[in-house]
Amino acid sequence: MDDIRVVEGSEAVALAIKACRPHVISAFPISPQTHIVEGLAKMVADGDIDAEYVRVESEFSAASVLAGASAAGSRSYTASSSQGLLLMTEVLYASAGMRLPFVMTGVNRSISAPINIQVDHQDSMSLRDAGLIQFYVESVQEAYDMHLAAFKIAEDPNIMLPVMVCMDGWVLTHSYERVQFVDQQAVDDFLPPFAPEHYLDPAAPKTWGSYAESDVMMEFKYAIHKAMTDGKPRIREILRELSAMTGRDNNGLIETYRTDGADIILVALGSVTGTVKDAIDELRDAGRKVGLLKIRCYRPFPHEEIWQAVKDANVIAVMDASFSMGSEGSIGLDLKAKLFGRPQAPMVVDFVAGLGGREINARTIRRLVVRAEEIHRLGLVLPEAQWVNLDASIVS
Amino acid sequence: MTVKKETPKESLFVSGHRACHGCGMALGARHILEATGDDVIVVSPTGCLETFTSPYGFSPWRVPWIHHVFENAPAVASGVVAALRAQGRDHTRVVAIGGDGGTFDIGFGALSGMLERGDDVLYICVDNGAYMNTGGQRSAATPPWAATTTAPAGRQSMGKAEMKKDLPEIVAAHGIPYVATASIAYLGDLKKKVKKAMTFHGPRYIQIDTPCPSVWSFPSHLTLEIGRLGVNSGLVPLFEKENGTITATRKIKRKVPVSDYLDKQKRYRHLFDSEQGQFEIEKIQALADTNIEKYGLLSV
Ligand SMILES: Cc1ncc(C[n+]2csc(CCOP(=O)(O)OP(=O)(O)O)c2C)c(N)n1
Ligand code: SF4
Ligand SMILES: [Mg+2]
Repeated sequence: MDDIRVVEGSEAVALAIKACRPHVISAFPISPQTHIVEGLAKMVADGDIDAEYVRVESEFSAASVLAGASAAGSRSYTASSSQGLLLMTEVLYASAGMRLPFVMTGVNRSISAPINIQVDHQDSMSLRDAGLIQFYVESVQEAYDMHLAAFKIAEDPNIMLPVMVCMDGWVLTHSYERVQFVDQQAVDDFLPPFAPEHYLDPAAPKTWGSYAESDVMMEFKYAIHKAMTDGKPRIREILRELSAMTGRDNNGLIETYRTDGADIILVALGSVTGTVKDAIDELRDAGRKVGLLKIRCYRPFPHEEIWQAVKDANVIAVMDASFSMGSEGSIGLDLKAKLFGRPQAPMVVDFVAGLGGREINARTIRRLVVRAEEIHRLGLVLPEAQWVNLDASIVS
Repeated sequence: MTVKKETPKESLFVSGHRACHGCGMALGARHILEATGDDVIVVSPTGCLETFTSPYGFSPWRVPWIHHVFENAPAVASGVVAALRAQGRDHTRVVAIGGDGGTFDIGFGALSGMLERGDDVLYICVDNGAYMNTGGQRSAATPPWAATTTAPAGRQSMGKAEMKKDLPEIVAAHGIPYVATASIAYLGDLKKKVKKAMTFHGPRYIQIDTPCPSVWSFPSHLTLEIGRLGVNSGLVPLFEKENGTITATRKIKRKVPVSDYLDKQKRYRHLFDSEQGQFEIEKIQALADTNIEKYGLLSV
C-alpha cells in the first residue's frame, strides 16, 4: 500500500504541492528552483492538477499574483531562489503585513555579486525580518513533509502569515532520494480547503491595504510578531498531526541529535545537518562530547527549545551559511541575542561556512569543533565570527 | 411636461475621502464605478488615489478594493482574476485604477506582462502627468515643457525636455481588444467608454486625463475647464481603438490655441516669461496640431 518511490527533490515538492490542491500557482524561472515549477506546469498541462498557472514576467509579479489570489480567497503557491527572492522582498513584507497566507519554496542559493548559483542561505536569511514563517529542511523527505504542513500553518486563523519552506538548492532539489508519499485522502483530511473569514467579495466589500498613521502602525507590526510567537504551540501541534499522518518524526521546531551530556553543540539548519550528524557519530565514537541542534523552524525563532537543549553545554558552535556584512552570521546573532544574560549561558562561537557552495565535509566539521574548543579554552570574550576554510592566499 | 426623476442609487465611491478640493481623480473614480457597477473588485497601486481613500478605519470604497505596493497593481489584478476563475466566480470583474507613475513607469513591466498574458483586467490609468502623491515629480507621462519638482524650470531648463510616453499606442501594440482615452471633463463619454470596455474580455486599457489643481496649480473650481481646454486644444486626444483599429474619436467643436490651456496653470508659467518660452509654446502648438491631424480631431 505504501507509496515509496525514488524521485528528484523538486518533483517531491511539486507532488506535495499538488496534494495540497492549490488554486493558483505563479512561476518564474531561476536555478535551482526551476524544476519545481516546471513539474507543476506539466501536471497542469496534463490535467493532473486543477489550478490556474500564471506565467509572470518577473518574481516581483510572481509574489504579487499570490497576494491578489490569496486576498481573493484562493490557496496559492510559488517558488524562487536567490536574486528572485530578493526581487520579491517588498511584496513579501507587504503580504505578511496584509496577512496573506500563501506558501512558497525558497530554494537556497547565494546572492550576487559575484554571481554564483551554488547553495548558501543569504537569500532566505535576507527575508527573515519580512514577517514570513520560515522552515529549513534537511532531506527531500522532510521537504515533502513540511510542504504538506506549510499551508495548514499559514492558513491557521490565528496565524495567517505567508510560509516559506527553505531547501538547499541542488543538494536537495536535484538529488534523487527515496520518498514515502502520503495518501491523497489523508492529506485532504489533514488540510481542508482554504476558507478565510475575509476575502475580496463584492457581496461584502472591504478595503484592503490601508494607509496607517503612527497611531496604529506599531500595533499592526506587533500583531504579526504576536501571531508568530503565540503561534508556536499551534505550529508544534500541526507538526504532531503531520507526524501522525506521515508516520515519521516531524515533531518540534528544533531537532536535537546526541546533545545529551554534550559539551559542544553545533547549531545548523538545512541539508548540512545530515553531514554534521555523520561527523558527530565519528566524534562520539572517539569519545568527544559533541551534539547537534538542528533548527527546523527559524521564524518564529524557537529560543525556548534551544535554551532547554543547550543550557548544559559549554560552547555552541553555530554554522552560518549567511552573513550580515560588518557584523555576524544570522543564526549567531539570534542566539547571542536570546542567550545573553542567561546565567551560565554557553559561549556562542559563530562559524561562517559554505558560502557560495563551499564544501563542508566531516573534516571541516571536526576542525570547527577543535577551533570552538580552543576559543572556549582561551576564554575569549565575544570572539569574532570565524570564516571557515578561507583561502588565505586570496584574501590576505 | 413630466420630469423623469431618477432614483439616486447609493454611490459606490462615497464622499468623505481626503482628496484635495477639485481633484480630477476623485471625480473620475466615482464615475468609473458608476459605469462598472458593483460586481467588481478594484486594485490600486500606491499613489494619490490610494492615499486619499484609505486612511485606516475609513473608506469611500463601496466595492472590494485592494492596494498592495506601488509597482504591482497589474500583477495583483492577475492574481485576483486567477482566483476568481479557480473559484468559478465568473460574474465578478476586475478593474485596476492606478496613477501614471504606477502605470507608465514603475509598474510598466507588470502591466506589459498582464497585457501579454491576456488576463481579464480592465486597467484604468488616472493620468495627472506626474508623481503627485510625493509632491509632483516628473514621470514618463509628464507633458513636455511642464515644470515638475525634479525637472523644474530654471536658468538653463524649460522643464521636461522629453515627450510624453505614448502609452495607449504601446498598450495597443500588445494586441488587446480595447484601448481608449478619456477625460474627466467629459464624464458621459468617459462612462460610455468604461461601459463598453466592460463588454470585452481580456485586458483592456483606458487612460483618463485627470487634472490636478494642487500640482498643476490652478484654482480648484477650474478642474473641468482645464480638462476641456486640454481636449479642445488637441493636446489630449480622445479616441477608442478596438482590436488595433481606431473606431471613434471625439471631435473638437471649437479648437482653442494651446496657450489658452497653458496660461492657466503654474506648471507652464515659465514659458510665458521668455522668448525661449514662446518658442516652446509654438512647439507645444505643433504637437497639438499633429494630434489633430493624426486622429482627425476636427469635424469636417
Ligand atoms: C517602490 C516605491 N517607490 C517609491 C514610492 C513613493 N511613491 C508613492 S506614490 C508615488 C507617486 C505616485 O505617482 P502616480 O502613480 O502618478 O500617482 P499619483 O499620486 O500622481 O496619483 C511615489 C513616488 C513607493 N511608495 N514605492
Ligand atoms: S495632489 Fe492632485 S491628484 Fe493628488 S489628491 Fe490632490 S488634486 Fe488629487
Ligand atoms: Mg500621477
